[in-house]
Amino acid sequence: MAGTTEELIRPGQGRGLLDVYDHRFLLKLLVRKEIKVRYRGSVLGLLWSYVKPLMQFLIYFVALGIFLNLQRGTPNYAIYLFAGIVLVNFFTESLGNATRSIVDNRDLIRKIYLPRELFPVATVWVSAAHFLPQLVVLIGACLIAGWTPTALQLAAAVLAFVLVSVLATGLGLLFSAANVYFRDSENIVDMILMVVTWASPVLYVWTMVKDVMGPWYWLYQLNPMTVAVEIFHWAFWFPTLNEDQLELASMPPDLMTVWLPVAFLISIAVLFVGQLAFRRSAVHFAQEL
Amino acid sequence: MTARGHVAISCKKLRKQFVLRHTRSMKEAVVWLVKGRKGDLSKKFMALTDVSLEVQQGETVALLGLNGSGKSTLLKLISGVLQPDGGTVHTRGRVAGLIEVGAGFHHDLSGRDNVYLNGAILGMTEKQIDDMFDSIVEFSEIGEFIDTEVKFYSSGMYLRLAFSIAVHTDPEVFLIDEILAVGDEPFQRKCIAKIKELSDKGKTLFVVSHDLDLVSTVCERGILLEHGEVIMDGEVHEVVAELRSRTAA
Repeated sequence: MAGTTEELIRPGQGRGLLDVYDHRFLLKLLVRKEIKVRYRGSVLGLLWSYVKPLMQFLIYFVALGIFLNLQRGTPNYAIYLFAGIVLVNFFTESLGNATRSIVDNRDLIRKIYLPRELFPVATVWVSAAHFLPQLVVLIGACLIAGWTPTALQLAAAVLAFVLVSVLATGLGLLFSAANVYFRDSENIVDMILMVVTWASPVLYVWTMVKDVMGPWYWLYQLNPMTVAVEIFHWAFWFPTLNEDQLELASMPPDLMTVWLPVAFLISIAVLFVGQLAFRRSAVHFAQEL
Repeated sequence: MTARGHVAISCKKLRKQFVLRHTRSMKEAVVWLVKGRKGDLSKKFMALTDVSLEVQQGETVALLGLNGSGKSTLLKLISGVLQPDGGTVHTRGRVAGLIEVGAGFHHDLSGRDNVYLNGAILGMTEKQIDDMFDSIVEFSEIGEFIDTEVKFYSSGMYLRLAFSIAVHTDPEVFLIDEILAVGDEPFQRKCIAKIKELSDKGKTLFVVSHDLDLVSTVCERGILLEHGEVIMDGEVHEVVAELRSRTAA
């Protein structure tokens, strides 16, 4: 036994997100559990993850693109919209579930010591697993529309996804900890999630905001979600347009050179603050739950 | 095997205070602040006052006391679930709590999935669970039902599986809280035999139970807690006798 040589340690002293890495096997099981539980007792199982976004896409295509005729101002509007929606879906699902994760797992947290960061982080991974089928539908639609992305665009899309994951993890840590003390946090987060869909250019085009905000447009651009959504447009929507249509479309200046690094800085700062607040309050989780 | 003579658990001047808050909403907290912090939002309650004790590796200790004497709080401080308000806790080696078995069970997963999930929650690695899996199933007497969802298990099967996982986690220090009353009598005997086997292997056991006859057969040393203080620490039969005389009086 190694018991005699080991040092005396103080129990319950976590190292934050580093501990999650040490417990990645448990993280994997927690993620797998959530996914399994979600589709328990259903015949089609995981297939539902593909059918639902497909249906959503068809609705946008027919109702918004054709009936409302938004296609005229924004070519391939359905793809434009869907590229933004999948990313926002990922963010809202991650943050919404992460906020509830600590309270939902209170039975475990009250009885057994685990790195508590596991729970919010696991919800982000689960959301990523649900994001994949939506991405497949998006790519399918793009391919039908003649998608020819460059390697740079694909790399940018991956970075945008990482950006959103970091932001969702940071905010998730912050609000899941706050939710232990004040259950109001769930409602605050629900409100944030409502705003997010409209605070980034998902349903409209960024130039519309620029026309209104003028010199203050940079404020709008500070939102990391805005940057991520714009990058998704650049990666998925742009390469489906033909040359005539490209004249109608444009991307914000300095998107990759300035705004992507800025968005990463903001997200990492949020993650840092979230982790700090989480660690400080995690000590009291067991008695506050 | 683990040698005696090393400290496995060391508690120094432990103090734990619980704050019983009445409110869970921001509105009430804001109203309270606006009104000039009049009245108390919370009530304080001392669960442990100045507890110091040391447990050597390989010792079997029974923690005794009436309800509300602070036994479970002490166990949670040792496992790291709670942090003390004063004093320090130190432990050596991996500590596993057999605290409320089945806390990590999910009803919609099969027994097999739950073995992996719960094993990982209790700190086992993937390989350890793979190696132990057959032994866990055999000990639990679940047999062919291992691939059935646990919501269809009888309460006895459920507890047997949970207990079986817990005793297979193989830590250096076992914390056991009121779980020896598991299943029917033959299984209970088997559990006790297993626990004795663990202590023979030199594992440190720290047991909380109200079953005084049982703890005096399993443990050597007894610690009596009352109102968050250690009032007696000695040979288990003497401590049990002391507790009995106090409750009779």
